[in-house]
Amino acid sequence: MNTSKSKKINELKMSLYSLSVNEAASRAMTGAFCAQINPTATEIADIKCALSEAVTNCIVHGYKGGIGNIYITVTIYENKLVKITVKDKGVGIPDVKCAMQPLYTTDKSGERSGMGFCVMESFMDKIKVSSAEGRGTTVTMFKQITGEKIF
Amino acid sequence: MNDEKNTPLLSFYSDEDKLYAYVSGEIDHHSAKVIREGIDEQIFALRPKKLYINLKNVDFMDSSGLGLIMGRYKLMKIYGGKTFIESPSHRVLKIIELAQMGRIIDVVEENKEQERNLK
Repeated sequence: MNTSKSKKINELKMSLYSLSVNEAASRAMTGAFCAQINPTATEIADIKCALSEAVTNCIVHGYKGGIGNIYITVTIYENKLVKITVKDKGVGIPDVKCAMQPLYTTDKSGERSGMGFCVMESFMDKIKVSSAEGRGTTVTMFKQITGEKIF
Repeated sequence: MNDEKNTPLLSFYSDEDKLYAYVSGEIDHHSAKVIREGIDEQIFALRPKKLYINLKNVDFMDSSGLGLIMGRYKLMKIYGGKTFIESPSHRVLKIIELAQMGRIIDVVEENKEQERNLK
């Protein structure tokens, strides 16, 4: 992703408690912020869904239902590239490669699909996951917005 | 927010051995809990042979929704019942197909001729 060659033109930083009630708000904020570069309906829906997955992971896995902070940064570049980072300071992922396999989940309730990373990878152009046990996780995602022309 | 649409998050219709669960709004990790509890309460009370999860009025669903559906499928299976996904939007169908959920749960279109009184 060409973040070095394109100028950063806008950035949103938000910090939310890891409460599930904040999932909808984090989607709405991200969607509203990205609207300025005129994404298609599909592009905005993809971004909001991927963001929702990352935030849910912080709540369910990072903080395991306890309360911590989720740090979300949405960066817009001049070439309409969007970069989203979702960071928590929770338990961390011991084996990232394993965690990112479709259907893999550490949840024992039988109610989680294990598809979170798969959705992020599918709906965004690129995703990087950096994590260390006991030190938290940062998910970085990129999407190139093509958008519709507004005259 | 469901207040704006005046549609409840969850409503039901049952007919003989069929239970229809109508979900509206957004299905994420937060709303999945309420939806799960509501549907399970009806499953335990009515013991239907067929559960139809109607997603016609769902405008957002992430993988928590997939987990919700899978959980209901597993519960119904324990009682020898079958689960269907009814009338997902194009957007919701996208995530269902990503998970290849159609392999084990049939996706059907709502039968418009049938009149349903929603509880």
